[in-house]
Amino acid sequence: MINLTINGLELEVDKGTTILEAAKKLNFRIPTLCHHQDLCVAGNCRVCVVEQVGNRTLVAACATPVTEGMEINTNSLSVRTSRKHIIELLLSEHNADCTKCYKNGECELQSLANEYSVGDHIFLDLIVDHKSMIDMSSASIIKDDSKCIRCLRCVRTCEELQGVHALAVANKGSEQKISSFFDKPWREVICTNCGQCINRCPTGALVERNNIEDVWNAILDPEKHVVVQTAPAVRVSLGEALGFEAGHTVTGKMVSALKRIGFDSVLDTDFTADLTIIEEGTELLTRLKDVLVNKRDDVALPLTTSCSPGWIKFIEHIYPDFLKNVSTCKSPQQMFGALAKTYFAQKRKIDPKNIVSVSIMPCTAKKFEANRPEMRSSGFKDVDFVLTTRELARMVRQAGIDFMRLEDVNYDSIMGESSGASVIFGATGGVMEAALRTAYEIVTGREVPFKNLNIIPVRGMKGVKEASIKIDGCTDEWKFLEGVELKCAVAHGLVNAREVMEKVKKGDAGYHFIEIMACPGGCLGGGGQPIPTNSKIRAKRARAIYDEDMGKPIRKSHENPEIIQVYKDFLGTPNSHKSHELLHTHYKERNRY
Amino acid sequence: MKAQKIKRVDLIFDSTSTKEVLVKAIKMKPEEIIQEVLDSGLRGRGGAGFPTGLKWKYAASEKGAVKYIVCNADEGEPGTFKDRQILEDAPRKVYAGMAIAGRAIGAKQGYIYLRGEYRYLLFKLMEELVFFHSRLKELGYDFNIQFRMGSGAYICGEESALFESIEGRRGEPRNKPPFPTVSGLFGKPTVINNVETLVYTVEILDHGAKHFKEMGTSDSRGSKVFSISGDTPKPGIYELELGMTVERFVEEFGDGDTKAVQVGGASGFCVPRKKFRETIIGFEGVPTGGSMILFNSSRSMYNLLHNYLDFFDEESCGQCAPCRVGCQQLLQGVVSVKAGEKDSRYLDELVKLAKTMKIASKCGLGQSVGNAFRTIVEHFREEIIY
Repeated sequence: MINLTINGLELEVDKGTTILEAAKKLNFRIPTLCHHQDLCVAGNCRVCVVEQVGNRTLVAACATPVTEGMEINTNSLSVRTSRKHIIELLLSEHNADCTKCYKNGECELQSLANEYSVGDHIFLDLIVDHKSMIDMSSASIIKDDSKCIRCLRCVRTCEELQGVHALAVANKGSEQKISSFFDKPWREVICTNCGQCINRCPTGALVERNNIEDVWNAILDPEKHVVVQTAPAVRVSLGEALGFEAGHTVTGKMVSALKRIGFDSVLDTDFTADLTIIEEGTELLTRLKDVLVNKRDDVALPLTTSCSPGWIKFIEHIYPDFLKNVSTCKSPQQMFGALAKTYFAQKRKIDPKNIVSVSIMPCTAKKFEANRPEMRSSGFKDVDFVLTTRELARMVRQAGIDFMRLEDVNYDSIMGESSGASVIFGATGGVMEAALRTAYEIVTGREVPFKNLNIIPVRGMKGVKEASIKIDGCTDEWKFLEGVELKCAVAHGLVNAREVMEKVKKGDAGYHFIEIMACPGGCLGGGGQPIPTNSKIRAKRARAIYDEDMGKPIRKSHENPEIIQVYKDFLGTPNSHKSHELLHTHYKERNRY
Repeated sequence: MKAQKIKRVDLIFDSTSTKEVLVKAIKMKPEEIIQEVLDSGLRGRGGAGFPTGLKWKYAASEKGAVKYIVCNADEGEPGTFKDRQILEDAPRKVYAGMAIAGRAIGAKQGYIYLRGEYRYLLFKLMEELVFFHSRLKELGYDFNIQFRMGSGAYICGEESALFESIEGRRGEPRNKPPFPTVSGLFGKPTVINNVETLVYTVEILDHGAKHFKEMGTSDSRGSKVFSISGDTPKPGIYELELGMTVERFVEEFGDGDTKAVQVGGASGFCVPRKKFRETIIGFEGVPTGGSMILFNSSRSMYNLLHNYLDFFDEESCGQCAPCRVGCQQLLQGVVSVKAGEKDSRYLDELVKLAKTMKIASKCGLGQSVGNAFRTIVEHFREEIIY
């Protein structure tokens, strides 16, 4: 244990504690900008400098471990002067046109400036041409260098959590900036559009390309029937942006708000999550049969999931040789879009050209996905507009809805019914668990051998999870799987995806089925989710998701009555010709930078 | 009182036999070597002046089988060129200094980080190194040296940025602690010394700590190699005893019209004529890594300041806010004042900013930008404004 004093108050903390953490224990908050709980310590913004008695210079509280007998002052004259100077300096290289900024009111630099009453710009404005510094080329992300304060949270995110390195530091001194490979426009580089950088950007330098106005225009157009789908992970996080604590599920309130905003049909991506399980589960079993029984060497195993568009773009860039291993199933969002303008249109007798299909996603990569040229199998753009959870929260506020007091409302039908298995798509391991619940039962006629259907080994926040299930007691049709040890892997965060793929590449993994989600924690930690994010918040969202699953009367995708109905009335059988036409896709190799 | 003459010294470039010193070092216990260096009072000759013996002692006390000796030959401070001369004239002494440091702390591998612009020296240095390695082998001395090239960034002379550069990353300073003696190159305990410092350790072992300690002052023991340039009739490299005043220095090297001396390069201090007599060149006064630039009355101190700030504006790594933005503000600030766009009182705001940079920047670069700024603005304010 280490003894020290902070602002004259004594305390004892563990060795290795930073000054920042120690001060927190005494209820002193030291301001930070470059610090983020998910990332390594940078110590470069210097906003957290404090006085260490006897030291020639101030020290960065985030980067300095406590030592025995240390005396710290967090609010001395030199600290206050320096801190104010630093905030002024950051503002001088920052496009501080706050009222026009998308992050107005949600910007960490802005609140610091407010806290320190920085108003009279003492220093020169260093940014001359704001407009030339914006990169609008990406379908998902807008990067505005005029608002960048070089805290490197985005660079560290892209490197440490995602291993993508799309964002990097270029040049030095006054020319230093966050850039891409050879300063290429954002749409041309390896960026997976995961949006994790947006979740951690303290200012408005990285934001999603927002479609709020597009969606309002569609809603307010009397000709249009606007269909909205909501992803599994949105219901457990939307509340955070509208006044609730993290981990509060707001499914019913969200549906109510969407109806009040004016969406014509409020439906659920969970429905197509269930559909994904049927299609992808069938694909897995077919591939297993092709490899094990038919000895086909043109069929690839392991099969990887395809729900996460960040993961898809990652593999297209980095492991193009393994694209044949990726399930051909579209993501639930895109399955929904394709069905909205075919099945739904037919059933509800609406001309598909008048349907505008909107999705609410915890994700920024979904915006890119919806714009892929392959995603037009309904004859129209399957999903017209994608909104992030954050954008929906903004719409709720714009509509003047008192969200916290809303009554719970149910989803519309058809395509509004879902099972517990689909809800857990929102958490890492959820697709795997949902798939196993169904596939095991198809093959053996019995439920998965886990208490309450909860497949604990694939849950939790470990970066790479492995599990295996021994299949026995197969029905006649699946006898070839008797005694097979089905080996699975689950990874979330692309740095972990890479670890799994390197194993697969070496050929010593022996996996049959791999679930990969681009974002830490899965979709619940997605790049479109409310800010801030950290491991505690993600754990709370995960708990909410599994609680929602347990509370559902139906827990298995194949028991969802609307799923049974869609095959009976429209698709025929799983992996049928029609399914392939509407619900499956293909991938393409992309550049390596 | 008769003016005391500046004492010329001949240690660095003398004909010391590195072989004999190495033989001597082998016979000494590591702690005896460290004690000798401690006794000499030698402080780092790169500019910061950390006691060399202490640095070695800290590294020696670290456990772990792998440790490194790094020779900082990234001589980048404007106005200094003495390490280049040492590398040209006495490379074996540099290597021997590294080998001795290696023995002292228990390191078997050394790296020389050579300034990118000194690449032309590399061929000859490599030839000498082959010879040196074979000599070490003869003596049964287990130590190996490799070269690593810099690429022109001033910041890579900062020790932890230098490690980052050797490790193949962007040359940016690390957070300290941990210090290099605990976690340096590749995360291992590392002693990093300037070229000149390493050579002095060889001389100290050769001539004895006492001989070295007798020279200089209590804060600045021994002698030092100076790079002398600017308005002087005799520019060049001189090894001088420490402890002289700027006045003595100017008497010896000035052109009779010296109005200021920049001691320690761009990151050092500007000493105006009125301060010559009271200012000692050394750690008790103005320290220097060797750069001494003289200016006579024909020089514009505004141009000088602009030149230095322009240099820092480009050479800041850009990592930490006080340095990256501070350098730009200082540069553009003096330009604005000169152009009359800002009131002269704005200089006072900038001096306050320079003070913040000194205490809040992450590394020595940002912490020292204010030295030249403050001293030039303080003593030559009218030249900045008008």
